[in-house]
Amino acid sequence: MTAVAVTGMGIAAPNGLGAADYWAATLGAKSGIGRITRFDPSSYPAQLAGEIPGFEAADHLPGRLLPQTDRVTRLSLAAADWALADAGVDVADFDPLDMGVVTASHAGGFEFGQDELQKLWAKGSQFVSAYQSFAWFYAVNSGQISIRHGMKGPSGVVVSDQAGGLDALAQARRLIRKGTPLIVGGAVDASVCPWGWVAQLAGGRMSDSDEPTRAYLPFDRDARGYVPGEGGALLTLEPTGAARARGATLYGELAGYGSTIDPPPHSGRPSTLRTAIRTALEDAAAAPGDIDVVFADGAGVPELDRAEAEAISEVFGAGRVPVTVPKTMTGRLHSGAAPLDVACALLSMRAGLIPPTVHIDPCPEYDLDLVLYQARPATLRTALVLARGHGGFNSAMVVRAAP
Amino acid sequence: MSEQRFTLDDLTRILVEAAGADEAAPPDDDILDTTFGELGYESLALLETGGCIEREYGIALDDDTLSDALTPRELIHTVNERLAAARAA
Repeated sequence: MTAVAVTGMGIAAPNGLGAADYWAATLGAKSGIGRITRFDPSSYPAQLAGEIPGFEAADHLPGRLLPQTDRVTRLSLAAADWALADAGVDVADFDPLDMGVVTASHAGGFEFGQDELQKLWAKGSQFVSAYQSFAWFYAVNSGQISIRHGMKGPSGVVVSDQAGGLDALAQARRLIRKGTPLIVGGAVDASVCPWGWVAQLAGGRMSDSDEPTRAYLPFDRDARGYVPGEGGALLTLEPTGAARARGATLYGELAGYGSTIDPPPHSGRPSTLRTAIRTALEDAAAAPGDIDVVFADGAGVPELDRAEAEAISEVFGAGRVPVTVPKTMTGRLHSGAAPLDVACALLSMRAGLIPPTVHIDPCPEYDLDLVLYQARPATLRTALVLARGHGGFNSAMVVRAAP
Repeated sequence: MSEQRFTLDDLTRILVEAAGADEAAPPDDDILDTTFGELGYESLALLETGGCIEREYGIALDDDTLSDALTPRELIHTVNERLAAARAA
């Protein structure tokens, strides 16, 4: 079966814009969580977010694209540009039908949609932008990236909340195995606007703390919900053999994937996350002992944290594998979170350092070897990334250093 | 012919608002007889441009006015005809 390599990455995160800044911040335990600046949050019960600082769309994109794009699409277009440049890919060297785009999305372009709904309500339907027909839509990031780079091969979008980013990478991997030579895959999400905010508040799992260092505390005894953020990562994916043949530098390979859906709430049956993990290991032909580090989902909700800790301990043995949650520095980025963790895992392998989980005081009843406070040196060849989405989605991906 | 109320400057301003600034080709007199398609405005950009003109000037354009084959000179003429008709009514 065709091995699938990561040859480029484009990162936009609350603690760093671009892979170099993100990685330096993550190793340095620098958090990007703070009080919301993009709108006045004082009337809402949750007021903290991971916002990306310093992204000026006009610095990165042609003026023609600005009136028709939401912030999430602008970030996605910039990240895709960086992922292709990082891979040393010149799209002119590929047949348009040999290139595709697969992204995931949690909300689409909510801020754009909010502006248009406000115009509809205040002024009337003739004031709604023609671009509203697509600018809000879940698939818009895949569409705009494909248009910008002339990518006309198999493409798509998946919507499964925070698990979606792994599901998109898995779909990209499938498409490469079926013969498409180049896919831009992953996700960037961004909906820090009042509409996006109230939609999330309705889910009931957001932290109401106003202390940036005590608000989002996965696996902590004081876990009280999550802090949302904006950002994520897009990756350039190619068949390993072809990537090597063109002289590309490989970050590593997407080696295995598994996904499950949890039983209904209140059914009394346990989470099926452990099955997703085992399926991913099997797909990668890896034994539990081969996994050098786990990038946990880290819901920050006690019952979800417990289920994840139990699944990890059951598959790997209590405290037998290092576990980290670098998203404690970004907040939960929804679809963008897991591709960012995949990128982080690959950067960790290259550096021989496991980035830390910050701010937390671990709950003693979870038998996890959490990497706390500062980066831990380690020889890393194989990593497991976990992601769980609202509604019961569980996904797991094994990432391996290129042979 | 009465005074022209809708000029190339007005159209240029609305094109930037509706479809964004194009750093590569700032609009000037040379574009008057080049089609919008050749100038790089796709159908939705033209639809949005038409919508902006309709809102600002209080006129209605026919759905089939805004095609790729339209030129700025023709659009300016059509808008001024509608404005004249609206004044006469």
